[in-house]
Amino acid sequence: MHNSKGTADPKGVLTGAHFIDGDHACSEGAIVAGCRFVAGYPITPSTEVVERIAERFPFVGGIFIQMEDEIASSIAIQGAVWGGKKAMTVTSGPGFSLMMEHIGYAAMTETPCVFVDVQRAGPSTGLPTQPAQGDMMQARWGSHGDYGIIALSPNSPQECFDLTIHAFNLAEQYRVPVLFMMDECVGHMIERVVIPAANQIEVVPRKFYAGPKEEFFLYHTNGDFVPPMVKAGDGYNIHVTGLTHDERGYPSMTVGAQEKLVRRLVNKINLNADAIVRYEEDQVEGADVVVVTYGITSRTAIPAIEEARKAGFKVGHLRLVVVWPFPEKRIRQLAGNIKSFVVPEINYGQIVHEVERCAAGRAPVQLVPHGGGTVHNPKDIFRAIVGEKG
Amino acid sequence: MSEELYEVETCPPGNTVESFLRMDRMPHIWCPGCGIGTTVNCFAHALETSGLNLQKVSIVSGIGCTGRVAGYIDLDSFHTTHGRAIPFATGLKLANPELKVVVYSGDGDLTAIGGNHFIHACRRNLDMTVILINNFIYGMTGGQVAPTTPRTATASTTPFGNFEEPFNLPYLAESSGAVYVARWTAYHVRHVTKAIKEALAKKGFSFIEILAPCPTLYSRRNKLGDGLEQMEYYRDNCEIKHGADTRTIGIDFQGKIVIGKFVDRERPTYLDAMNGFYQKKLGDRYTPYNG
Repeated sequence: MHNSKGTADPKGVLTGAHFIDGDHACSEGAIVAGCRFVAGYPITPSTEVVERIAERFPFVGGIFIQMEDEIASSIAIQGAVWGGKKAMTVTSGPGFSLMMEHIGYAAMTETPCVFVDVQRAGPSTGLPTQPAQGDMMQARWGSHGDYGIIALSPNSPQECFDLTIHAFNLAEQYRVPVLFMMDECVGHMIERVVIPAANQIEVVPRKFYAGPKEEFFLYHTNGDFVPPMVKAGDGYNIHVTGLTHDERGYPSMTVGAQEKLVRRLVNKINLNADAIVRYEEDQVEGADVVVVTYGITSRTAIPAIEEARKAGFKVGHLRLVVVWPFPEKRIRQLAGNIKSFVVPEINYGQIVHEVERCAAGRAPVQLVPHGGGTVHNPKDIFRAIVGEKG
Repeated sequence: MSEELYEVETCPPGNTVESFLRMDRMPHIWCPGCGIGTTVNCFAHALETSGLNLQKVSIVSGIGCTGRVAGYIDLDSFHTTHGRAIPFATGLKLANPELKVVVYSGDGDLTAIGGNHFIHACRRNLDMTVILINNFIYGMTGGQVAPTTPRTATASTTPFGNFEEPFNLPYLAESSGAVYVARWTAYHVRHVTKAIKEALAKKGFSFIEILAPCPTLYSRRNKLGDGLEQMEYYRDNCEIKHGADTRTIGIDFQGKIVIGKFVDRERPTYLDAMNGFYQKKLGDRYTPYNG
């Protein structure tokens, strides 16, 4: 794993306080993180991200291209990464569905890049201008085969800025596609966003191989999980393929090569999960009921939690900031100490399955579902906390 | 009309192509009589005499028999997903404009599943060379009908013959905006080599369609003989007509084939257009993008 730290290039960093929406904050985060290539296709409610990028990039040395579709966007960014750029694409549900194959390609070829999904209600065209959290399992499992990814879920414009930078940093550290799972509410919510001075912002530079060509293997990890990057034109005559490959990057159609590669692709996230997982807790110690939330639902749950506490219930709040990898250890630990989990999410049950899996029957888990189109009524979450039937 | 092929004929003797190949990956997967390897030979010779800095040449393929070319050429090479070589190449080229980017893939890959990307890359005049090997069929998956299969030809998914109109690829490329468009066959090795050299030297979207035998699937199923017999068909039925009106050069089943260089024109590339336009619009505030 690559940990060398750097700070943001001051060019393009709009230090100061701003009043902007989550989509625009995401654009600014990408610029600060050093992203200089964005490919996208218009889709509500994510379009504001690329609109701001299109306006800002000519002045910071970046290049934005509006591709012919989401499939093209999601592979163009990977070409750009192998050309030496930090790159991202931006979309919403229907486009995210089209991008699945290239999430797999990025995982397989270990191409560090960021996919932003500003979630809207589905399935299919659904409710284009209204929120949902229905792509969370798709983010984890949407491309065929086995691989590891990282997914983040911001709950405010400030976090859209901060966590976009973190998403790029994680992509470089682990050489994975990082999925930035916003939702329409967070994307269109306007709040104060503070952008620090460039030298106060941690940005992980790409780690390039610089050794002799004779000792070069494209996917040689040196005992670690993550090999260093190279780029086209560096003189290593690399071969990058989505086929199962060996350390040289050459196709290798054997069970042994498959096992070795897939195990590493999965383990580089699983075995580093403690370092990647991030969550926030509020009064979880000593709680009887723990509400597990992420994204915009972490904010609609707060009035419900406060109301229940006033009524005498001991309620804790655990908010997932990193959703994938899932904080399995913490949920297992809590399951032995509490009476129940409540999981509100704007879908008909996705992350709740992870909570149930980790609780393993030691604490009941109650889903507060929502079909999408708006956020939960806090009263529904309150009823679940206090044990009233909805 | 006389052909200027002297440069190619002065190639040094011996198998100089090996230095362009990943010999540690031989033998390749292509069948006996397949035309793809022949075109790779031409490509290597074109590179050899191109004067290009090979460290800055990248090759991008999609999926399929021709999609395997990237894996055998000892340059920076990318074997991408099915149909997506061109958008990958778009990102690669725009990220580092000093790279010479070559897309090398098949007819099904580039014009069926990748057809949308193909026309948009032509329209944008992205600075890349696209070498399309047209064997009239999906080879890797077992001989299914393609957008290039001539009418009446049989394929595994058109067991009674193909009734769909195929693409006329030079016409598609020209009308979509490509600045260099040629068609040759695997028989015309010197012309192919020369065309690749010209395409590599051309700024903008250059496109070469190369017809190539697929003896295992296309020829066998259509009772056209082996690879050699297809080469004889190309020799006897191709007519070189440089500058031919691309509207008139569609391909019929075992009919006459018009080959040659059809288009060689100038248009600003994507990056030149972008930089020029932004400089005009934004003035000193804009620093031209060069990677």
